[in-house]
Amino acid sequence: MKNKKLILLLTIFISFGLVLAACGGSGDKKESNNGDNDGKSAESDTSADYSAAMVTDEGGVDDKSFNQSSWEGLQAWGKEHGLSKGKGFDYAQSNDESDYLSNLTRLARDDYDLIFAVGYLLQDAVMKVAEQNPDTNFAIVDTVVEAPNVASITFAEHEGSFLAGVAAAEQTKTDKLGFVGGMDSDLINKFEVGFVAGAKSVNPDIKVDIQYVGDFSSADDAKLIATRMYNDGADIIYHAAGAAGNGVFNQAKDMKKKNPENEIWVIGVDRDQHEEGKIGDHNVTFTSMVKRVDLSVHEVSNLGMSGEFPGGEILEFSLKDDGVYLADTNEEAFTEEIKSAVDEWKEKITNNELDVPQTRKELKKFEESL
Amino acid sequence: MMQNKWFNILVPVISVFIGLLAGALIMLSFGYNPIQGYIALFKGAFGDLYFFGETIRQTTPYILTGLAIAFAFRVGLFNIGAEGQVIVGWLAAVWIGSTVDAPIYIHLPLALLAAAIAGALWGFIPGLLKAGLGVHEVIVTIMLNYVALYSSNAIIRNVLTENADKTDMIAPTASLASEWLENLTYFSRMHYGIFIALVAALVMWFMIERTKLGFELKSVGYNKHASKYAGMSVKRNIILAMLISGLFAGLAGSMEGLGTYGNMTVSSGFSNIGFDGIAVALLGANNAFGVVLAAFLFGALKVGALNMPTQAGVPNELVDIIIALIIFFVASSYLIRWIILRFKREGK
Repeated sequence: MKNKKLILLLTIFISFGLVLAACGGSGDKKESNNGDNDGKSAESDTSADYSAAMVTDEGGVDDKSFNQSSWEGLQAWGKEHGLSKGKGFDYAQSNDESDYLSNLTRLARDDYDLIFAVGYLLQDAVMKVAEQNPDTNFAIVDTVVEAPNVASITFAEHEGSFLAGVAAAEQTKTDKLGFVGGMDSDLINKFEVGFVAGAKSVNPDIKVDIQYVGDFSSADDAKLIATRMYNDGADIIYHAAGAAGNGVFNQAKDMKKKNPENEIWVIGVDRDQHEEGKIGDHNVTFTSMVKRVDLSVHEVSNLGMSGEFPGGEILEFSLKDDGVYLADTNEEAFTEEIKSAVDEWKEKITNNELDVPQTRKELKKFEESL
Repeated sequence: MMQNKWFNILVPVISVFIGLLAGALIMLSFGYNPIQGYIALFKGAFGDLYFFGETIRQTTPYILTGLAIAFAFRVGLFNIGAEGQVIVGWLAAVWIGSTVDAPIYIHLPLALLAAAIAGALWGFIPGLLKAGLGVHEVIVTIMLNYVALYSSNAIIRNVLTENADKTDMIAPTASLASEWLENLTYFSRMHYGIFIALVAALVMWFMIERTKLGFELKSVGYNKHASKYAGMSVKRNIILAMLISGLFAGLAGSMEGLGTYGNMTVSSGFSNIGFDGIAVALLGANNAFGVVLAAFLFGALKVGALNMPTQAGVPNELVDIIIALIIFFVASSYLIRWIILRFKREGK
């Protein structure tokens, strides 16, 4: 009897296995058909078959920041050319460091013509994968990789952040500002330094409280930092912390909800984060330092499609070509007065009258010259 | 006895199968084709030599952390600190790898040794506290994970570099990376470490099953008091078990440092290699060869899952749920054991 039951059990498992194996077989056929189609389309050299994909960093595609912005750019590009997700463009999300290279390689092997790596964290991985796949074009956002098949997309974050600093200095009542960074790296230092320089250019006595979260995903840590900064008297916090920055918004909104008289603000980053600041009839988003990552992704995709991929080049998107700018969506807070002050400084930068510092060393010199 | 063996094999197999089934149901209920999903998973892990190489690459540290935890389990200790031991091992390996200048036959063994010693030291502390003062090893190891994470971040930033967020690359003389393995697998990051991991599994099997030390360790695991009565030093065995467990985990860290990445990055959270090792050890029934197989399964799941969103359109979040479900059922093998026993008893 015991044996019978066991045999029954075994039979069930084996039959399940057979069913699965059978399914596997048919699916394989389908897959290989797809593969053939891909092969054909790659051979026929019309631009309509151009495909592009992107790999996010650990923030993920819905980080309300630059990953999302890149994805929006890619989607807009796909729409323009009548493509849909999975057919012509797609994204792969990385959960941690070890996924960067595998995601990039996988997309390269899926025969995408152009692959975007979003974020400087992917630098090493892009260097490797670009060397291994010389026929595929890559583009990296926010940092530089020197290879003939890699386009480096950079932004003049220090210029945009300078204007954010100017606007914050005009707006603050406590003469205390906060800066919440993601990782303490050269890139995020550009935000920090630009912001401090801008604020001190308006009023040298302004104090800026600077703290780093340590990564771009721990929103809870960022919230704690924001709590402390607001309690210490800072009334405007500029965050450059990607998805972690949502914690700053949460804290500001919590405080605004408790007491609508509270005059506290957040300056968003990368995208216009007006939506993130909404709380009842108020909005805590003072302005946002917008990086047009979407625009750059869109543009590079189009360049690649028309056969003019800027491989080996460093593209810098700056104030001049509106690659970075301050959002004026919150008209109540971002008044005409502030706007005109910002525009004044903006002109100085675009006319090359003013060299905005990019590193802490340069900032020191800049502060001494004030 | 025979039945017992067959039982030990059957239970993990059924666990994996139910896990896959549950994942399929989830995909089905959200309107995705589970067959396509699993094909994408399978192809992403074994589809061709590149993916196979990546699966092996991921399997390598899992084998070692699995062994680390299984080893401690055999002595009745729960080493949650494999994660921290991985981190210190990684750091030590990269440190030696990037600063020492020596020929390969000295440099590479030295870097591996440093990782093993660092891991062993990280296991020694909770072992000593447990044996000497009776402090529970779970608490100490959890806390030491954080100590390891944040102190290595600080060391990378302030000692090994000047405020950069990653260390220099290790010298080629300390690298486990192998050109022929990479070329064989179309530039996957597969490296020689897999052989070290397999040897470690053999060593663990031999140590546990064939030596006096292994017998004592097992005996302490079964019954501390009886072992003490029999004249064994329980304290010494506890410390030794944690030390060896940490040694394996430290080696796992060197696999990442010397093989996969070649450097170490300031990291905000855990690598999860150590934590996944707990599940690997459980699925492998704390047996050296079981651990190798379980590590292979985990490696395949982790690498293959990346393929599901792009190939089968299953969203990332769902993939995470499916993988978690598989692990859940794998870890709940006790439940399955119980159900099968009931099933058999009713049959009698």
